[in-house]
Amino acid sequence: MRDILGHSLNFQYELLLPEIIIAITATLVVGADAFRNELRLGRRILPWLSVIGLVAALVVSLLWIDTQRNFARLITIDNYTTFFRVLFTATAIVVIVGSHEYVERHIGHIGEFYALILLSTVGAIYMAAARDLLTAYVAIEVLSFSLYVAVSLARNDPRSGEAALKYTLLGGVASAMLLYGLSLLYGVAGSTQYTEISGALAAGTGGMTLPLILGLVLIVAGLGFKASAVPFHMYTPDAYEGAPLPITAYISATSKAAVLALFLRWFSGPLLPALPDWQWMVALIAVLTMGLGNLVALQQRNIKRLLAYSSIGQVGYMLMAITTVSVVSASALLLHIGGYLVTNLAVFMAVIAFYNRTGTEEISGFRGLAQTNPYLALVITAGMFSLGGMPLLAGFLTKFILFTAAADGGFLWLATFAVIMSTVSLYYYLQVIKQMYLYQPDGDARRWRLSPTGYLTTAVLLAGTVVLGVYATPLYTLADRATRVLFV
Amino acid sequence: MTESDGYVLLALFLVPLGSALLLMLTPSRERTAIIGLTALASLAMFVLSVYAFVRYSFVGEQFQGVLTFGWMQNVGLLGEHGLQLKVGVDGIAVSMVLLTGIVILAGTWVSWKVTDRTKDFFILLYVLVAGVYGTFVMLDLFFWFFLYELAVLPMYLLIAVWGSTRKEYGAMKLMMMLVAGSILIFTAIFAMFVELGTGSFDMTEYFAASFDPTFQKIFFPMVAVGCGTLGGLFPFHPWSPDGHAAAPTAVSMLHAGVLMKLGAFGVIRLGFQMMPEGGAFWAPALILLGITAALYGAISALRQTDLKLLTGFSSVSHMGYVFLGLGTLNVIGWNGAVLQMFAHGVMTALFFLLIGGMYDQSHDREIPNFSGMARQMPVWAIFFVIAGLASLGLPGLSGFVAELHIFIGAFRAYPVVGGLAVLTAAITATYLLRMFSSVFFGEFSTRWSALKEITWPERAGATVLAGSIVVLGLWPSPWIDRIAPTIIHTIPGVTL
Repeated sequence: MRDILGHSLNFQYELLLPEIIIAITATLVVGADAFRNELRLGRRILPWLSVIGLVAALVVSLLWIDTQRNFARLITIDNYTTFFRVLFTATAIVVIVGSHEYVERHIGHIGEFYALILLSTVGAIYMAAARDLLTAYVAIEVLSFSLYVAVSLARNDPRSGEAALKYTLLGGVASAMLLYGLSLLYGVAGSTQYTEISGALAAGTGGMTLPLILGLVLIVAGLGFKASAVPFHMYTPDAYEGAPLPITAYISATSKAAVLALFLRWFSGPLLPALPDWQWMVALIAVLTMGLGNLVALQQRNIKRLLAYSSIGQVGYMLMAITTVSVVSASALLLHIGGYLVTNLAVFMAVIAFYNRTGTEEISGFRGLAQTNPYLALVITAGMFSLGGMPLLAGFLTKFILFTAAADGGFLWLATFAVIMSTVSLYYYLQVIKQMYLYQPDGDARRWRLSPTGYLTTAVLLAGTVVLGVYATPLYTLADRATRVLFV
Repeated sequence: MTESDGYVLLALFLVPLGSALLLMLTPSRERTAIIGLTALASLAMFVLSVYAFVRYSFVGEQFQGVLTFGWMQNVGLLGEHGLQLKVGVDGIAVSMVLLTGIVILAGTWVSWKVTDRTKDFFILLYVLVAGVYGTFVMLDLFFWFFLYELAVLPMYLLIAVWGSTRKEYGAMKLMMMLVAGSILIFTAIFAMFVELGTGSFDMTEYFAASFDPTFQKIFFPMVAVGCGTLGGLFPFHPWSPDGHAAAPTAVSMLHAGVLMKLGAFGVIRLGFQMMPEGGAFWAPALILLGITAALYGAISALRQTDLKLLTGFSSVSHMGYVFLGLGTLNVIGWNGAVLQMFAHGVMTALFFLLIGGMYDQSHDREIPNFSGMARQMPVWAIFFVIAGLASLGLPGLSGFVAELHIFIGAFRAYPVVGGLAVLTAAITATYLLRMFSSVFFGEFSTRWSALKEITWPERAGATVLAGSIVVLGLWPSPWIDRIAPTIIHTIPGVTL
């Protein structure tokens, strides 16, 4: 089959198999939830089903290692896509396994919860895989809409609805900006295909500099919104605070990583020829994001808000790699995303386990955790130190490589600024650690244990944090192989 | 030292790391097992350190026991050598390794007194020691900095949980100042990595690189201030007295005894060995800061009434000598600087051990509250006097050997500074002798009649430390034979 311009199109649906599996699983989950009473299914069937579907998708996605194919000129299946397929399905698995207890207690619509996580994973994967602006846009919306609903799922928490409304409205504005930016870009480049845009921009824009810059501003702003970069971050703390904890974890992990994946795909491919026009914008946003995210985090009293601002700071570090886009910084970015995901999920899974027991989100509620549950205190401490960039943990190594890559790209000042902000961040991470180790527990001082799945997820993530902090070579090699296809 | 001795160097930081891991798996109520394990581990570290020191031969290559394991190569920004696990020591590093072995042996023994969460204490302590050892033996810039930071990581909890006197404040101040210093080291490492351009973190390539002079002049001060913060370089020292006063005994010992040397060692490794021209350019500033610190620390110590604060300021003063020695840029001054690192490490560890041994019983460190203690605790007083006399530079003890070298070096470089340095030694004698007369002699106050002599593990630790003070004081040649050739051959800017 050929398209209207005469390009031959191949509809090899098997290339989309992982996402098809995930989408079918999502449908099954909703169906099973609806007919649970009739079919006499236990509650646990839903997470089991989701995990089985995700594992299948993960395994299937490994089929296309080192291949370079596309589906109807809309979706690329290359190492980059495979990297994020594995990363996002694995994240979804971890979030589901680590939070099923929480979901049973605090979520109103269980079937929808799992289905939305599955669907948003599909959106996230296609954000990394798209090779056409419109496909990418639709993928963003699949992810965003799933999350708008998911944020509102907390039962008996008025903050949840408020957060969802805020998130939806501001997300809609961001989408509109992004779409307008994309239409301007289409006007300048004459195509929505990545390959043709880059060709058109490289050939010169023929006096269309102003529309191009306006388009770039809108694109950066729209994506900045989705990644919660400063100054477009306002909704993030509220959305994080209002959302059920597993969704907060999921947003901070998959949603962030997906936007960064898309960022990298666009700015290393179609938009690379316009580098001089956008580099300063991204650098500026990176500085603002690192600075503001980390400074405001200093004042937080609620663990979700603290992690929200800390994740904003983290986005700032990642945007640095976009600023200096190159093979070197791209692989460093993927390495950092991998390390960040493992660390951040470790912290969130531990916080979820903590919340299941105590029901508090205040940082002062962590008092004496080192006595009541030393294991959990260790996991949180390791996670916090890793986020703060201390050695023996993933954060030090991945940040070191990421910052060195930025310096290597000629932005030593930016790397230095990032180190300064990383040092500032250590202060607020220490505040949490201080609560756990320095004070006596308020009230119930008995020892308590986690659920088996709680132990499983936190232990795996803790081990991952330590292994990545010492021997990250395998992940770095994979990241390197994944990003080489971007620069050909 | 042969290549196979490289495995000893590797073991130096793997033993404490492995012990920390084993301790994690030990249930905290098994106190005997914890004490047995730490006894074994500390002995192993001590033996390995002595072995490394003895095996280091002072003829032949400067870097000995070099052992390389590939870690990350040819990926992303890393080139052919990339990031390696590469160990090896020169004469300076091997002396510091010996120092660490001595201090951790004594430090472990005195820490058996810790009753609150003993296991966690030792885990953190051994992570710290692993970082310290690793920094001294590592010849890869990434791992060097990795372990340098690892040595700082456990400090916060060690001080904040097990410390005394304003421990939260002291811990936070120390932690934040040290990581702030690391910002500058980070920046310098990034810059050097980019400037080198081969995508390698192998230190030997950096030693041979001879960077552009302007580059060196810009980035040498960053390293000097960044590492100098940990080394107690004036005016970046304020964490030191507060941190030391707040820290538990063994942590003070390790921190003042070894960790501060890490800072000075960083100035040598990353500063003078990688950017000698920058070092030569900034040497006068180093001298100025060094002599200021020596004087300022000594004068501040005159005013202190808290024993630990007095020792803390005394540390600032003595570390000032180290930077002064480095700034002289002549072999004898440098010899003195490295000797002083060793001498001060042992001596200050002994000070903190003794103060801790007394404070644990009396919960009081105010000098005016004590008098006539020599009658109540004679063994304690004798060890204290040995440390004090070493500190004020009595011939026959370690401090004299080190300070004499530094003074001669300083006189050769700038006679005025040499004079001021001698004046500092006089002030040191004043505050120490005054403290002795007040604490040890005079009317004995019955308030302290319940105080007992220091415990046997403490006596054993004090003996090891005091023994090292005497050995270095009477027979310094094993040290000088190792240090001097390294200085002559690996520090390009240093003249005879």
